[in-house]
Amino acid sequence: MYLFRNLLVIIHYVGRLIFFAKDTVWWMFAKARDWKAIKREVIFIGLNSLPLVSLISFFIGIIIAFQTAYQLKQLSSEIYIASLVGLSLVRELGPVLGSLIVAARSGASITAGIGSMKISEQVDALEAFAVDPVDYLVVPKFIAFLICMPFLIIYADAWGIIGGFVVGSTKFAIPFGFYFKLTFDALRIKDVLSGLIKSLCFGSIITFVCCYEGFQPFSSIDVSRSVTRAVVRSFIFIIICDCILTALFYFMW
Amino acid sequence: MIKLENICKSFGLKNVLDGVNLTVNEGEAFLLIGRSGAGKTVLLKNIMGLLRPDSGSIFIDGVDITKLDKQDFDQVRLKFGLVFQSAALFDFLTIEENVGFYLRHHTDMKVGEIRKKAKETLALVGLEGIEDQYPYQLSGGMKKRVAIARAIIYSPKILIYDEPTTGIDPIAVDKIVSLIQDLHYRLKITSLVVTHDLEVGLKIAERLAFLLGGRIIFEGSKEDLKTNRDPRVHQFLMGSSAGPIKEMEV
Repeated sequence: MYLFRNLLVIIHYVGRLIFFAKDTVWWMFAKARDWKAIKREVIFIGLNSLPLVSLISFFIGIIIAFQTAYQLKQLSSEIYIASLVGLSLVRELGPVLGSLIVAARSGASITAGIGSMKISEQVDALEAFAVDPVDYLVVPKFIAFLICMPFLIIYADAWGIIGGFVVGSTKFAIPFGFYFKLTFDALRIKDVLSGLIKSLCFGSIITFVCCYEGFQPFSSIDVSRSVTRAVVRSFIFIIICDCILTALFYFMW
Repeated sequence: MIKLENICKSFGLKNVLDGVNLTVNEGEAFLLIGRSGAGKTVLLKNIMGLLRPDSGSIFIDGVDITKLDKQDFDQVRLKFGLVFQSAALFDFLTIEENVGFYLRHHTDMKVGEIRKKAKETLALVGLEGIEDQYPYQLSGGMKKRVAIARAIIYSPKILIYDEPTTGIDPIAVDKIVSLIQDLHYRLKITSLVVTHDLEVGLKIAERLAFLLGGRIIFEGSKEDLKTNRDPRVHQFLMGSSAGPIKEMEV
């Protein structure tokens, strides 16, 4: 009974998210957009995330290189760290980790921002001026996520590969040109495309979950709860979506 | 004209509005009074369409807004100007952008024209030279005046004030009251003021209603209020904690 009730709650939540997403997409095409607002969001979601994405991706690249080298050492094939680091980053870790970083940084901030507007009656004020809050607050963020995520993920991949190169060059003396040749030889267009498709899906998940949660609070304590919920649920949905997409790409592409 | 018929609204098990009937005539200054937490803001939000009543009808100039879809209701909504309890200025916009918000979204006016109009409207509420500041740089009283400027810039027929003097100092209160009176007579609009501050309310209003326990227990003129014998109204007027109004009725 308990499980059944929780399942109903999850289905209800996902249903509401789908309606919220439908509203957002409808408004996106309903009228001409204010590019100034989108530019502001692109700067916040994309440009301002670059330092954190660089730092974490670089270290992830180093970690994967060491872990890969540890296994390959037994086969005396450390040279393959370049291709393994490249593949695992571009196909999987780049999009997933990049999205988790963006969800934690920008997603949390979006929920807190909309939540504060909600409890200080600014969302009501928008409605009072016959301006739809989804149109005004969510659509620019959604468009900004769609623009930024592919670039952010390619950027994260690049820093991860550089991290891997640091290990490859210092520990195994692999020359710069050879390391990158090995990396790019192993990558195919579909590997890059699958990463980019994932980044768009994850960006949409972050927008819908974080914005939806932003509209839920009724008091300041609710805002902090909503932020926690937004980040946790974004993580869960990203991982589930990644699992589904990875399986789809494996079997169908 | 605003006419409410048997409006009910509950949140969970709590009945906030329990059959409210009320009429605000065109061009009058009307006061809705009641204790803090009596449901005054909920009633306003129902009138503004920010909340939907569970049952009952709300007529604005003869049109029942509870039966309108969102698009049609947006047209009716623009007859109103609403000054929120917290001012509700948009934090991320400058004062000029806040005041010109309606014009930017619902007219084809150019940026320069909007800026000029915003400046004029700010002058009307006694504020000058703050166009490029942000709301966090203003005092509580100034924020309320900016909120009034934002609400009157498009000349609405009905101006609604939700607790316009809450949280500001006595001098600012006096300025706000004078401004509301001045705007009411100068712009010839219907003013609906919601407050728990009877002294302030009586300075502004011609007629008033008293909301208690989710119902209107008194509606009439200021003279009617003086002669009313309802002990609950009397207790509220006296500001006494002893009487028929118990905490449960808040």
